[in-house]
Amino acid sequence: MTFTAPDIDYAGLSPIIALTTGLVVVLLAGLVGRAQRRLVSLLSFITLGAAAGLAIWQFGESKDLVAGALRVDDLGLVATLIAIASAAFVIPLSWREEAADDAPGPAGHGEFQALLIASVLGMAMLAMSQNLITFFVGLELLSIPLYVLCGSALRRRQSLESGLKYLIIGSLGSATLLYGMAFIYGGSGSTDFAGIRDGIGGSLAEDPLILIGIALMATGLAFKISIAPFHQWTPDVYQGAPTPVTAFMAVATKAAAFAVFARFFEIALGPAVGDWQPALAALAAVSIIVGNVGALTQSSLKRLLGYSSVAQAGYMLVGIVAANAAGVQALFFYLTAYAFMNLASFAVITIRERETGFGDDIRSVQGLGRERPELAWPLTIAMLGLAGLPGTAGFIGKLYLIEAAVEGDYTWLAVMIAVGTMISLAYYLRVIAAVWMRPAYHADPTPETGHRALPAMAGGSPEAGTDDFAGTQVVRGESRIGGIRCPVIIGLTILAAAATVFFGIIPSPLVDFVSGAGDSIVAGLE
Amino acid sequence: MLNALLWLPLAVAVLVALAPRRFAGPLSVMGSLGTLALALALVLDFDSGLPGLQHVVDESWIPELGVRYQLGVDGISLFLVVMTALLWAASFTWSAFRMPDRPKNYFLMLGVGEFATLGAFLAQDLLLFVLFFDLMLVPFFFLIGSYGTGERVRATIKMMVYTLVGSLLMLVGAIATAILAANETGELSFAMADLRATVLPEGSQDWIFCFFAAAFLVKMPAFPLHGWMPDAYLAAPPPVLGLLSGVLSKVAAYGFLRIVLPIFPDATLQFQELILVIAVLSVLYGSVMAFTQTNVRLIAGYSSIAQLGFITLGVFSLTADGANGAILQMVNHALVVVPLFLIIVLLAERFGGEDLRQMGGAALRAPLLAALFLIVTLATLAMPGSANFIGEFYILNGLFDDKTAFAVVAAAGIAMAAFYALRLYQRAMHNPLPSGASSREIGLTDALVLVPLVGVILILALTPGTILKRGETSVQDKVGAVAAAGDERLEASVAP
Repeated sequence: MTFTAPDIDYAGLSPIIALTTGLVVVLLAGLVGRAQRRLVSLLSFITLGAAAGLAIWQFGESKDLVAGALRVDDLGLVATLIAIASAAFVIPLSWREEAADDAPGPAGHGEFQALLIASVLGMAMLAMSQNLITFFVGLELLSIPLYVLCGSALRRRQSLESGLKYLIIGSLGSATLLYGMAFIYGGSGSTDFAGIRDGIGGSLAEDPLILIGIALMATGLAFKISIAPFHQWTPDVYQGAPTPVTAFMAVATKAAAFAVFARFFEIALGPAVGDWQPALAALAAVSIIVGNVGALTQSSLKRLLGYSSVAQAGYMLVGIVAANAAGVQALFFYLTAYAFMNLASFAVITIRERETGFGDDIRSVQGLGRERPELAWPLTIAMLGLAGLPGTAGFIGKLYLIEAAVEGDYTWLAVMIAVGTMISLAYYLRVIAAVWMRPAYHADPTPETGHRALPAMAGGSPEAGTDDFAGTQVVRGESRIGGIRCPVIIGLTILAAAATVFFGIIPSPLVDFVSGAGDSIVAGLE
Repeated sequence: MLNALLWLPLAVAVLVALAPRRFAGPLSVMGSLGTLALALALVLDFDSGLPGLQHVVDESWIPELGVRYQLGVDGISLFLVVMTALLWAASFTWSAFRMPDRPKNYFLMLGVGEFATLGAFLAQDLLLFVLFFDLMLVPFFFLIGSYGTGERVRATIKMMVYTLVGSLLMLVGAIATAILAANETGELSFAMADLRATVLPEGSQDWIFCFFAAAFLVKMPAFPLHGWMPDAYLAAPPPVLGLLSGVLSKVAAYGFLRIVLPIFPDATLQFQELILVIAVLSVLYGSVMAFTQTNVRLIAGYSSIAQLGFITLGVFSLTADGANGAILQMVNHALVVVPLFLIIVLLAERFGGEDLRQMGGAALRAPLLAALFLIVTLATLAMPGSANFIGEFYILNGLFDDKTAFAVVAAAGIAMAAFYALRLYQRAMHNPLPSGASSREIGLTDALVLVPLVGVILILALTPGTILKRGETSVQDKVGAVAAAGDERLEASVAP
């Protein structure tokens, strides 16, 4: 018996190698030295920068790696780049976050950032996978660090609860997905996407094994990208997790999961498009309605964005339902725009959490327009963009999605996007109204001394109301009210908002960036 | 040239936002006057003999989605553009004399509003139009929400949700139109000229028509869809309200003429009666409500509903006369309603409120104010000799041929307009002065804005032909599409 080692294309694998190396280095660097925040962050940035550089270098390539387990193409690389960019955005956001600061022992930043990089690594792998095995490994590599990160604010009950909740629900999702994979393997006799494609042939009406497999896998993925009705964990986990982690989770997870979603459904299950299309269309519609209606009554900004992300996932799913190259392009255009808008919003929330005693309650941004225009404008632009108003990348993204949906003969789904957007106006505009049209809220229990409130205490659960203020604990004595204390974060926030407007007016560069993703799907079908 | 006209307001607005606060007012006023000058230059440079578009700008914008940056002006939009520039200049000047709190944001938003409105009138790409149509609303959201009075936040959110409900559906409709057309031509394009060239299947036309009609009727607002109007009108700052009522509503009426009639001719024919019914109901409802209100703002607001109903009647008479009258009436109404709201501010200052019952005798020592108000009032009620009379005459003339019943009912609306307009004038200006109030002449700065506006009303009364002449050829073009569809239908019904 002879064993031939698989031919490994190191160039194609290089982003993943860079992330793996960086992960180890950052983790070890976190163990030494006192001024570790700077060192660790520097190393993390180098890692992410190198990975991004290598990914851009590989852009436009289209080749199988490691005996077909992974595939380097624009689809995977676009998702990887979005994940890397959001991780790089989130690191400065986490600098003063207690998750990193207050962890027992000196390893806070090192652990935090190493976990972040591990998750990015999982995302890169997931986005490039074209085999059920790498698919699952990538997904778990993505998820497990996130479970830990959610619970990383060790002294906050909500954070721990959020981590535990995410762990349980996430594992349930993973298990469902794995179960579905088993069915697919059983039905088609292959774990390889191309093999599955060949194995399932035409219609699946007489093939319950594969139909069940598809249903279970769609459910598992729906858990991960918080598509209703599998979204119940989203608001709770989003609210409880430290805000930078929430930001990362909302953006990067979606990018990677949607990449594999598109690849798996459109390539592996391509022949059965007629079977899964109506089901996914229904999921998208339900998600749009449930997410938008759920967000209407929220007073916690993180919960609001949690529900909004359920709705946004519904919009994005339309890109997959359309089942054409334009749909995948639209999906990734929207994802990129969504990344800018969401990161800007979460950055503002993070800053206000530290400056006011209201945590992420909507009162924390009241009167921002008068007091802190440099924060008010990015938040306003982000909200207008999420609402899909013209002049922002969000509008072009919706336009793109609607066009893809109509082209794919799903006009009613296009109308659903419009209807969802209408509902969403009510809550996005409420935030903008709070920022510009209401006076700053000064009934802060400890306004001038500026004791830092515990973020999740602010909203608690929606039922608990805001009585938790009374129990505000003093975590740190120094005043943080007023003044710009975090120029890097503010700079990044403004940058993200500026990108939202820029790509709303001149969308062509972004269209070029994502157009390869659509081509990858077409190439995969051949 | 159109590029300069379109982008100047935005450039000035951004400049104002960056410049120190004390320059905000003067800079904005100069910018808006510059825009007005460009608009007037456009009129001088306009060749009224040509039916098609002039000064066309055509650039690729998002080639992947088939969206182009296409601007152009023809007889329909020419005077609407001038009117927009004029009224915005008036609004800017008025606001600059009464500096609002946080002026930089205020003038920024006002400038963005002018940019978007001009864009909607100039756009020749369907998607570009939809984009500007939606964008128009955003600055008004901020202007009403931040600078309004009373229940401003609730009112402004209500207005946004109401009006965007229509326009988001319109977005879907616009995209569907282009894709259906692309299925036949093989090339995705949102250019209105291309879309007119391909006739869509009738079934698709019908639902797309409904989406567009919803957007436009809400924006106007027309009778059953006016729910946002009273709240927004009560909350909005008056110079902004003038623009909302005078200019923004016209974009909707213009949209019917520019987009719906030529691109969906079969559906237009199909729904003609329905829209006419809505329009007549708007005329009657608006007139009756205007007569029963005691808040002067709402009197003007409901009268706007009636006037817009009239304009819609003209557009949907589907005759050249009716459409011509509608265009003239769009300009007329805008010119009347902005001074009206500004006069309301003056009245409110004199009587300490906007309740008509607490007013009276304002004309006593204010002959100039009284004269201005009287001219505006007479124009509102379409006194013979005013351009409004000619506009309404044309509209009714266009309607009488085919839809006599509608014309007769609508004519009753004219009589009611006389009622509410005169009631407003009399109660406010004549009657004894209530105790505590005094009659004061209009101030110099206020007169500086109002006198030129009223002057334009007078000029237009003397020379309505300037608008009619330039509109004629273009209108024929638009109505012609529907007429052709009607002929086809007739033939089809005769043939078997």
